[in-house]
Amino acid sequence: MSGKARDDAPDYKKEKKRVDNRKMDELRPISIKVGVLPNADGSAYLEWGQNKVYAAVFGPREALPKHTQNPMKAVMKVTYRMATFSVPERKQPRPNRRDMEISKVLGEALDKAVFTEQFPNTEIAVFVEVVDSNAGSRVACLTAASCALANAGIPMRDLVAATGIGKAFGELIVDLNKEEEDAPDAVDIPIAIMPNSGEIVLLQMDGLLTKEEWAKLAPMGIKACKAVYEIQKKALQEKFPISELSEANVEAEVAGKDSKEVPAKSETKVVAPAKAEKKDDKKADKAKKVKK
Amino acid sequence: MRTTVLEYDVSKIAELARNGKRLDGRSMDQPREFTLELGMCLNAEASARVRLGETEVLAGIKVGVDKPYPDNPDEGAISCGAELLALAHSEYEAGPPSFDEIEVARVVDRGIRESKAIDFTKLCIKEGESCLIAFMDFYAINADGNLFDAGSLAALASFMTAKLPKLDEKNKIVKHEYSGKIEMKRLPLLTTFVKVGGKIMVDPTYLEEKASEARFSVATTEDGYLSAMQKGPGSFTVEEISLMIEKAFVVADTNRKKLLKIVKQ
Repeated sequence: MSGKARDDAPDYKKEKKRVDNRKMDELRPISIKVGVLPNADGSAYLEWGQNKVYAAVFGPREALPKHTQNPMKAVMKVTYRMATFSVPERKQPRPNRRDMEISKVLGEALDKAVFTEQFPNTEIAVFVEVVDSNAGSRVACLTAASCALANAGIPMRDLVAATGIGKAFGELIVDLNKEEEDAPDAVDIPIAIMPNSGEIVLLQMDGLLTKEEWAKLAPMGIKACKAVYEIQKKALQEKFPISELSEANVEAEVAGKDSKEVPAKSETKVVAPAKAEKKDDKKADKAKKVKK
Repeated sequence: MRTTVLEYDVSKIAELARNGKRLDGRSMDQPREFTLELGMCLNAEASARVRLGETEVLAGIKVGVDKPYPDNPDEGAISCGAELLALAHSEYEAGPPSFDEIEVARVVDRGIRESKAIDFTKLCIKEGESCLIAFMDFYAINADGNLFDAGSLAALASFMTAKLPKLDEKNKIVKHEYSGKIEMKRLPLLTTFVKVGGKIMVDPTYLEEKASEARFSVATTEDGYLSAMQKGPGSFTVEEISLMIEKAFVVADTNRKKLLKIVKQ
């Protein structure tokens, strides 16, 4: 990325701190709220520094048009879009090549985490909308989308936690902001993992990097993703407090019996996240055991 | 196209309406309460998030420099766009602008433009050469009916709070610096009605829209003018239209006072 060379360009090697006063391996503040959109089966609103994104999940539902169906698995359809006013120069409303590519790689990342084989011939539609941005919007979207999937009660192997890593102003750093992304020596690497297995599900890069630098960056990325994962777990636990899980199940059963005429959407809504949550707990337990 | 509305819900709403009642317990001429947040999107010259009941829209403005239109060389311009995001409802799809999106955007646009609230000559930089264009786009984040009024509230709030960029000697935008605001001489707001079971109700929810036989929107100003009207599907009598216009002034007045209070804070 060829940002304008500035006379007063910072030198991270000397200064030991970044343009926004962060440490080299420090993330920007992240906050996540799940279940924010009543119409969606699952949703999340995430703020990551200046980035603000909504994610909504619909499904599993019949995949339309029919030729998109897969008799072996559910199809993940991710749509990444940016609001016209989310960038410094107004963005044209119609989707561009960047939007399409990001939609594709985000879909491939989430596909790995979801038990798609349980829902043949269906689609799981994920929509992510960036309403404000400052570098790293795709990893913000992926992090939010993964929370929305869990919120929808869709069975998953693991959450997907993402972050940016790379290089700017002569130093290897985590979670680049816009100014760093525009640095003359900038390298930007969006990366996402399934934190419990450590498998990488999203990896892109642009810029110039040595093998040695990558070897140092990779563990920084994994560590930062795991920090993001903790924030995701906390957001989901706030929505579904563990102590209330059993009660929620009972309530949902009662509600299901009462509303026979109207197929209650809420039935699956309440029970399913509980399941997903429990699964997460088991995973977390397993992870703890492994550590021990 | 996916249909998610149940015949049961629709007939229930019509039955209630015939008795002058609504599913959520509101009276026929009672709009839902709205909330308004401003300025959350830092890349935008203005942003406004409106929640009208469970309907949520987010509007933002970007200002750009362009050449004036040849027929109005001494004027700048505004542009209004709307997108019913697929994340707002399972019936919406991502894709090229739909008829509904274009209609709601154009009705919101007319309400503001035709009220002469904005003096476009003040957006002119140099006659025939350059002017400012304010692009307002609003997005449905969660759709539970009446995107017209929610969009109109969000659009008006963003125009009222939009910062105009500072320009350098070459009339290029200086980033992060501002020279003033868009002066709003009037505050037009849309009010939307539907007819269900022969009865007219204000501010319909998604289900009420689905159950409706006819739809009508009117933009009204604080000084007694109408600045836009739009009849959607269905038909009304002249008496019904006059009655809705009367009611629209009352509803818009209440909403305008609340909006002004929030904007001035």
